[in-house]
Parts: sequence; C-alpha cells; structure tokens
Amino acid sequence: MKMLKTPSMRWRYFKQSAFFALVRASALIITLALGGILLYILVSGISVISWDFITQRPTDAMTKGGIMPAILGTIYLTIGAIAIGLPLGIASAVYLTEYARQGRIIRLIKVGINCLAGVPSVVFGLFGLGFFVIFLKFGSSILSGSLTLGFLILPTIIGASEEALKAVPQTFREASLSLGVSKWQTIYRIVLPNALPGILTGSILGIGRAAGETAPIMFTAAAYFTAKLPGSVFDEVMALPYHIYVLATAGTNIEATRPIQFGTVLVLVAVVLGIDLIAILIRASMRKNKRW
Amino acid sequence: MESNVILSVHQVNFYYGVMRALTNISMTFQKNRVTALIGPSGCGKSTLLRLLNRMNELIDATRVEGEILFEGRNIYAPDVDPVEIRRKIGMVFQKPNPFPKTIYNNISYGPRLTTGISNVDMDALVEQSLRQAVLWDEVKDILNKSAMNLSGGQQQRLCIARALAMKPDILLMDEPTSALDPISTAKIEELIEELKEKYTIIIVTHNMQQAARVSDETAFFYLGNLIEYNKTEKIFTKPDVKQTEDYITGRFG
Repeated sequence: MKMLKTPSMRWRYFKQSAFFALVRASALIITLALGGILLYILVSGISVISWDFITQRPTDAMTKGGIMPAILGTIYLTIGAIAIGLPLGIASAVYLTEYARQGRIIRLIKVGINCLAGVPSVVFGLFGLGFFVIFLKFGSSILSGSLTLGFLILPTIIGASEEALKAVPQTFREASLSLGVSKWQTIYRIVLPNALPGILTGSILGIGRAAGETAPIMFTAAAYFTAKLPGSVFDEVMALPYHIYVLATAGTNIEATRPIQFGTVLVLVAVVLGIDLIAILIRASMRKNKRW
Repeated sequence: MESNVILSVHQVNFYYGVMRALTNISMTFQKNRVTALIGPSGCGKSTLLRLLNRMNELIDATRVEGEILFEGRNIYAPDVDPVEIRRKIGMVFQKPNPFPKTIYNNISYGPRLTTGISNVDMDALVEQSLRQAVLWDEVKDILNKSAMNLSGGQQQRLCIARALAMKPDILLMDEPTSALDPISTAKIEELIEELKEKYTIIIVTHNMQQAARVSDETAFFYLGNLIEYNKTEKIFTKPDVKQTEDYITGRFG
C-alpha cells in the first residue's frame, strides 16, 4: 500500500475494490437465491418424503399415497427426449461445422436454430399436439411427449455441439486426413470422441430443461391421473412437473396436498440433478486421457 | 533424369479467394531425393507443399489451376480421390500433432482404418515404423501410454512414424523442426538422411543451414514465384539469380 501516493492512484485503487465488491456481491446473490430456493423446497417438502412416497401410486384422489408413476413418467420422457434430441442435435452440428460451406444459407439455418431456442415452450406443446398427437396419430403418449421435448432441447444441444466441435484442434483433423483417412472416418474416430465431453456438458442444460418442462407435455404426453403404468411408448404417463401443476391448481384438495406438492417438487429437483450427475460422470470418464 | 521424376508440377497457379499465392509454378521432384523449398514467409512454399497432397482444399474459397502429375496422373483430375493421394503422399506438420491416444494407437490409426491388416501384422508394422523413425528404443516399454506425455521432439518423430506406417511414396515435411530444440532438430535431420533411401522427401524450411545440410535439391521461392531451382550445392555456392544470393546470404527475408 506504500505505492498509493497520488490521488489518481488512490482513486483507481478505490474503483478496483468497488468493482471487485460488486462482482463478489453478484456471485453471492445468485448463490443465495439458489440456496434459498433449494432450502425452502427441502424444508417444506422433506416431511412427506418416504420410501412409500417414491414407490407407491397415489391414492384417495391423489391426496395420499406416493408419486411413483409420475417419477417413472418423467424419467421415460427425459430419456426419450435425449434419445431423440442428442443424435439429431449432434448430427446437425456436425453438418453445420464440418460439412457445410460457410455462407448465406448456413447463416440462415443458424438464425432459424436461434429462433427455435426463443420459441415459448407452450408453442412447442401446441405444435406437438397438432403434429405428433393428431396428425401422426401418436395420441397423447410417451412418444409424442419425447418428440416434443426432443425438439425443445434441440437448439441447446446443437449450440453446445457446435462449440465443442469447433474446440477440437484443426491439427487433429489435418493429421488424420493427411494419413489418407476419409473425412467421415476422421469425424467419427477423431473429432467426435474429442468433442463428446463438451457436447455432454452443454447438453446437460437441455436435459434438465426437458425433465422440468410442463407446457410441452401438457397436451402431448401427461395424464392428469392414470392408475396403470405405461406398457408401451404409445401410452400416456403421469409426469412430475404436470403432477405439481395439477395438485397446485386443479387438485381435489389444494390446501391439504401442499406438503405433497413440495415433496413432488423436491423429487423433481432430485431427478433432474440425478440425470445431470449421470451425464457429468459419463463426461468425467471420457475426459480421462483426453488432454491436449 | 526424366525416369527418376516422381512428381511433376505443370504451370500451377493457386488462389486464396482473389489473392494469387502461386504464379505459374513448373518443377519436377526426383525420386529418393530430398528437395528443400526455401524462401521468406508468405512466399508460397508451404502452399505449394500442401498442394502436393491436396491438403489446401480443406480451406474454403481456394482454387488451383494447372496440373500436378504423380505416377503419370494429374492428382487434380476430377476422378481422383484425394484420400487415395494422401495415402501415398504423407505429411508431417510444423507443430507435432499426435492424437490424444496411446503411442501404439497413434501409429495403428491410419493402417487400421485403411487396410485389413491383422493384429499380429499390426504389431510388426508399429515396431517397424517406430524403428524407422528412430523412436522405438525410447518408447518400446510405454506403447500403451498417451502420446501427449512425450517430449516435443519425440512427438515429432512419432508423427513421422505415423506417416511412415501408411507406407507412402513421398513424405512432405512442413518446417518439421521449427518448434523443436537443437538436439531434437539434429535427430530429425539424421532421420531425413536415412529415410531418403526408401522415400522421396520434400521439406519446407526457414532454416537455411538445414536446407544446406539435408537436401539434394533446393528451390527458392519469392512472392509466389519459383525464382531458382537447382542442386543444393549450386544454390548455396554460386546461385544464378541475384535474389537467391541476397536471400541465402541474409540480405533480406
């Protein structure tokens, strides 16, 4: 601090500390907000969490019993959305970054993808209803819901995949091509394996969104209540986000089911974090030996 | 003389967009010789090198005019697959660029994808390639370790071994020692001397002494033109063109 002699230096030092304080405060506020929400859910919902709650079906007009069908439904829908969104998204990104000649058409496609990301989720729901449920006659089903959610998370996955593909050093591609290895083999053997951890990192966001969305599955997959578990992809399912919506707005006894609502929210958060965790573990195992 | 020509370039022009990088280049490369391409930065020598195995077409908006004949065929003819050309004309790059794989898999990568080689033969091929690149003794016990842990000089010899595993006819080297220390550089230069018995080598270098030490033939480029092409001794003792003399004596460049 001996250096702080002139007023201008002192002023600059003050500006620096003020700015740092501001940045720290921002980080703190976000952490507190997240922590506060999680804590509130935990405190309000923990009382109903029990083994029975996550393994039993709802009883007494959904005022008692568990939420197992909804947990299962959300897992099915999320896996379905990943199964549809991930390959399609990665393939699109490979085309955009590796094959397409950069030009006006590609720019137009990219604008289109960005627009898709900005479309409200209820619009996806209506699209799913019109196209998958009615036009393709898939009915309100796991298939329709997965397709709708898959399209919903497509922009996220394409964006993440593009970034990850661009991050693979050009020298790897050159090295492979210079050996007389074809372009597709180069992409399949060198580019994709090195991009996959990055692709998964970005896609985790999309996966979380797929599990948590309500509007897109309202018209395409989710049942208000169904006693039986789904037997095929053409069956309706209960799903956690929709179950929360139903209990909190249209349930038989909204006040009495408050704890169940919070319990369901808690389970939903846990399921989303669980799916994220699996993706993170896969990524970590792939990242080994992949340093350059 | 003519029968020993392995590669010949006929009136080649090359453009990056509207900018012409090479102007009317015609030259022939001799079999089992080391040819050095020298010249100041931006003179087009690396561009020419990358034209010889069709690596330039990975860059958008480039255009080639003229012919490059390899085994009597124009490698830019519409029916020629660049993948086939690159199998026969290998390349070593300026910076060592091993794959983030094991040492063994770096070598086996190319042959495995392009031939139906058996595992036993593959072991032999990996050893042979590493021996040719004078790397075998250093890595024979760590073949299953990541190539990223090797030193820069070892990585570059690994890249040479990787190219040799494809059994190419020609090896193109784009400033292969510019990122290496003097000892690693000396090793690579010795290696080039040995390799020319079996391969034809074309090397781009910024290092004049290196060109004088390793090459039989030297071509001097300036501003996209081939200024002088002759025996290395001749170029470095009494060049025909004043510009060449100015460059090799360090008066510009």
